[in-house]
Amino acid sequence: MKIGAPKESARGEARVALTPESAKQIQKLGHECLVETGAGLAAGFNDDTYRDAGVTVVEGADALWRDAEVVIKVREPSDEEAERLREGQTLIAFFWPAQNEALLEKCKAQGATVIAMDMVPRISRAQKMDALSSMANIAGYRAVIEAGNNFGRFFTGQVTAAGKVPPAKVLVIGAGVAGLAAIGTATSLGAVVRAFDVRPEVSEQIESMGAEFLFLDFEDSQDGSESGGYASPSSPEFREKQLACFREQAPDVDIVITTALIPGKPAPKLWLEDMVAAMKPGSVIIDLAAEKGGNCDLTKPDERVVSDNGVVVIGYTDFPSRMATQSSLLYATNIRHMLTDLTPEKDGVINHNMEDDVIRGATVTHQGEITFPPPPPKVKAIGASKPKKKEKEPTPEEKKAAELAAFKAQTKRQVSLLAVGGVLMLLLGQVAPASFMQHFIVFVLACFIGFQVIWKVSHSLHTPLMAVTNAISGIIILGAILQIGSGSAVVSVLAAISVLIASINIVGGFLVTRRMLAMFQKS
Amino acid sequence: MLEQGFVSAAAIAASVLFILSLGGLSNQEKAKRAVWYGIVGMTVAVFFTALGPGIGGYWWLIPMMLIGAGIGAYVAGKVEMTEMPQLVAALHSFVGLAAVLVAWSADLERRRVMAARAAEASLDQFSAFAALVATKAPDELMFLQVEVVLGIFIGAVTFTGSVIAFGKLAGKVDGKPRQLPGGHMLNAGAAVLSLLLAILYLNGAGFWTLIVLAALAFFIGYHLIMGIGGADMPVVVSMLNSYSGWAAAAIGFTLSNDLLIVTGALVGSSGAILSYIMCKAMNRNFINVILGGFGGSQGPAAEIEGEQVAIDAGGVASALNDADSVIIVPGYGMAVAQAQTAVSDLVRKLRAAGKTVRFGIHPVAGRLPGHMNVLLAEAKVPYDIVLEMDEINDDFATTDVVIVIGSNDIVNPAAEEDPNSPIAGMPVLKVWEAKQVFVSKRGQGTGYSGIENPLFFKENTRMFYGDARDSLNTLLPLID
Repeated sequence: MKIGAPKESARGEARVALTPESAKQIQKLGHECLVETGAGLAAGFNDDTYRDAGVTVVEGADALWRDAEVVIKVREPSDEEAERLREGQTLIAFFWPAQNEALLEKCKAQGATVIAMDMVPRISRAQKMDALSSMANIAGYRAVIEAGNNFGRFFTGQVTAAGKVPPAKVLVIGAGVAGLAAIGTATSLGAVVRAFDVRPEVSEQIESMGAEFLFLDFEDSQDGSESGGYASPSSPEFREKQLACFREQAPDVDIVITTALIPGKPAPKLWLEDMVAAMKPGSVIIDLAAEKGGNCDLTKPDERVVSDNGVVVIGYTDFPSRMATQSSLLYATNIRHMLTDLTPEKDGVINHNMEDDVIRGATVTHQGEITFPPPPPKVKAIGASKPKKKEKEPTPEEKKAAELAAFKAQTKRQVSLLAVGGVLMLLLGQVAPASFMQHFIVFVLACFIGFQVIWKVSHSLHTPLMAVTNAISGIIILGAILQIGSGSAVVSVLAAISVLIASINIVGGFLVTRRMLAMFQKS
Repeated sequence: MLEQGFVSAAAIAASVLFILSLGGLSNQEKAKRAVWYGIVGMTVAVFFTALGPGIGGYWWLIPMMLIGAGIGAYVAGKVEMTEMPQLVAALHSFVGLAAVLVAWSADLERRRVMAARAAEASLDQFSAFAALVATKAPDELMFLQVEVVLGIFIGAVTFTGSVIAFGKLAGKVDGKPRQLPGGHMLNAGAAVLSLLLAILYLNGAGFWTLIVLAALAFFIGYHLIMGIGGADMPVVVSMLNSYSGWAAAAIGFTLSNDLLIVTGALVGSSGAILSYIMCKAMNRNFINVILGGFGGSQGPAAEIEGEQVAIDAGGVASALNDADSVIIVPGYGMAVAQAQTAVSDLVRKLRAAGKTVRFGIHPVAGRLPGHMNVLLAEAKVPYDIVLEMDEINDDFATTDVVIVIGSNDIVNPAAEEDPNSPIAGMPVLKVWEAKQVFVSKRGQGTGYSGIENPLFFKENTRMFYGDARDSLNTLLPLID
C-alpha cells in the first residue's frame, strides 16, 4: 500500500509524520512511502534524504492525497484536507474526536477510515504507539528549557568567587508524563524540585525522579487506576486544600510548571491570580495546559504574558513543535508501530482488525460509521494498586497519652506480680523452716542480679555467654566435693563420677570461651 | 583444714567474680577479661570448698578432677567452631547428670542418718555431707526431700534433653521434630506419674521411687527434645542452659550451699533470658516452641507469582564489582558448608576495593544464640562490621547488593506481607529492599519451617545455586 505524509497545513506546525528512518522500517512491512515535497524541511529532513531512504517525493498536496492509500499526519485534518479524503482511504493522525465532532461527521461522510493517535488505549502493549506520551515527554522537557530561557538565574546552586547562587526552586503540578519529564529535566539542571499530583500513588514515581512530593493529607484521595491512569475532577473540599497548599508555595518557588489536564474537560484552574501576585518578580510560569484553557488564570494560549509584578506566564501550545526534529522522530516511530500492528503479515496489506483492542480503540470512523467512543478495553490499563497508607504521625498529646497508658499498664503488671510473689513467699514462709528461707532470699536476689546483668550482654557474645554459663554451672562440682568424703561407698562413687564430669564441664567451658573470645577482632 | 568462715568468705568472693564475669560480656574487649574473672572465681570456689571442714575423700577427688580437666581441655582445644552448638549441648548434659547423681547421694546420706537416728546410734560417726544432715531438724529434712526431688527431676530432664540436642546438632539423630504416638499426652502422663512418685517418696517410700522418678524425667527430656528441631534449636539449647542452672540451684538448696544457689540462679536466669530473646526473634511464645513444631497456619498461604531466576558466578561478580555497599546475611547453611573462611576472603577483597561491606545477623540465625558471630570471628571477620538485625534493618533500602548465604526463614518477606503465613509477624531482615539480592543456596527446597520464600521469586532476586563454599570460591577470582 502507499503510505503518504503531506506537509502539515496548520500554521507554525513544524513536525512531520514520516521520517527517512521510519520510512525504511515501513518499507520493510511491504508498503510504499510517499512524502509531499518540503514536508520535512521544518523538522530538518530535506527531500533528498527522503529520496535516499527510498521515499517517493510527490509534488503538491493534491497529488499526495490522490496517490496515498494511507495518509499519515500529525495534526487533525483541516476542512480542506478532510474534503480530500475519499472512500477506502485511511487517515492516521491526532484527531481529538471528542472536541471535533463536526470534523468527525465530515470524515464519516467521506467514507474514510480514521485512526486517532490520541485515542490509543493506555495498555502496556500499546505503549510503543502512545504518541501522547512521547509528545508529553518532549513538552515537559521543553517547558523547563523555555522556563530557563525566561528565567534570569541559574538552575543549580553554586558558590563562586563572585558570590553565592541559590538553586532555583521549581514546582511541577501534575505528574503525568509531561510532569515527570519536567521533574527529570529540572533536577538534572540542578534545581530543587517539588511536585504535586492528585493521585497519591504517583508519589513513588515523583520521588524516583528526584523531586519532593507535596503530600496532601486528605481522606478520599483519588485512585488513578480506576480511570485508566488519568486524573479525574476533584471534590470542592479537596480543591480548597490543594489551593491552600499552592498558596503556601507561591512566594517560595521561582518556576511553576503546570501540566494538569483532565481528559475531555477544560483544564482545572489551579494557579490563581493571587498566587501569581504572591510570586517573586522574575519568576516564570509555564502552562502546558494552555491549549485547554490553562491551569493559570493569566494564561493566554500561544502568548507570553508578563504580570503586573513581573512574573512571566508562558502559554505556548506548540512545545513539541518547537523541537520538531525530536518530536518528528518519536511521532514517526509511533506511527510506524501502529502500521506494524495494522500489517500483521508484513505483506503490504492493511488488515484493519476491529477485534484488536488497540486498533479498535484508536479507530474513530470505519466503513462509513462513527466508531467513537470505543467500548472499554478488555485489558485493564493498570493493575489496581493498593495505595500505600502513610502512617499517621501521632500528635505529641497522643504520644504522651500512649506513654502514660503504657507506664500505667506496666506499673499495674509489676505491682500485681509483686503482690502475687509476696503472697506466695508468705505462704512458703508458713511451711518452710527458717534455714530454707535464708537460702531462698539468696536465691531470689541472685535471680534478680542475673536478670539485670544478662540483659546487658551483647547479642554477638551470646555463644560465649552460653559457654561461660556452662562452665560456671559446673559449680555443681561443689555438691560432689561436699559428698565425696562420705562414709558410704556408694555415695563416694556417685560423687566421684560427678566430680569427673563437672570438671570436664568447668575446664572445657572456660577454655572454649577463651578460644572464642580471642577470635573477636576489631577491624 | 580451713575454718567454715574462710569457706564462706571464699564463696562470697566467688559469687562476686561470677557476676562480674557475666556482666563483662557486654562487649568484646571487656569479655576477654571477664572470662578470667570466671576462671578465678571457679578456682577459689573449688579450692576453698575442697579444703573446708569435713571434706575428705581426696584420694578420689584429686585424680577425678585431673582426669576431668584433661578431657575438658582436650575437647575444648579440638572442637571446630561450627561444632559449638553440640559441644554446648553436651556440656549441659554433664551438669544434668551430675545433679541427678548428687541428689541421689544426698538422699542416700539422709537415709543413713535417719537409720542411725532410728537405731539411736551415735551421730558423730558421720563425715562430710552426712554430718551436716545429722544436724538438721525433721522439718528441714522434709524440705530436703522436696529439694532432692526437684534436683533429680530438673537434672534428669536436662541430661537426656541435652543428649538428644547434642545428637540432633551433631547430625547423629534426625533433626526433624519427631514424637512417639501420643505426643504431648505421653509427656503429661509421665509428669503426673512423677508427681505421684514424689508424693510417695515424701511419705517415706523407698529409694526406688527416686530411681523411677529419674527414669520418668529421663523419658520426658528425651521425648520433649525429640519433638523440637531445626531452627528451634537455639531456643532449646538456651532452655537447657537455663535448666542446668536451676538444677544446680536445687542442689544448692539440698546441700545448704549458698554459692551453688547463687551460681545456679545466675545461670538459670541467663538461659531464661536467652530463650526469651530467641523466642521474641521468632515472634513465638516459649510454650509454642517447647511444644514443638510450627503451629497450624490460619489460612491458605498467599500464592507466589513469578519464578526463581538463577545466575552464575560471573553475574554475581559483576554486580559486586559495580556495588558500593554490600550486606551479607549468613545463616545455618553457611555453617553447614563451612563457608565462613570463603566469606571472610570475599569481604577482605571487597573492602580492599573500597566498598562498604557489613553483615546482618538475625538473632536466631544458626543453631545457637550468637552462632554466626562466633563463626565469622573465627574466620577473622572484624566484629565491628557484624551488626544485629535492629542495627541494620533500615539500611537495606540504601544498599546495592545483599548476599544471602544459607539463610531462608529469617529473610522471608512473607513474615511481613502475608498474614496467613505460619511465620507472620516474626521480625525478619528486609533484604528485599536492597537494589539486588543474591541468594546462595543448595537447591530449590524450602527452609526448616517448610514455607515457600517469596524472596526467591522477587524481581530483584537472583538465585546463586550450589554449595555455599564452592560458589564463593568460584566467585572470588572474579572480583577485581
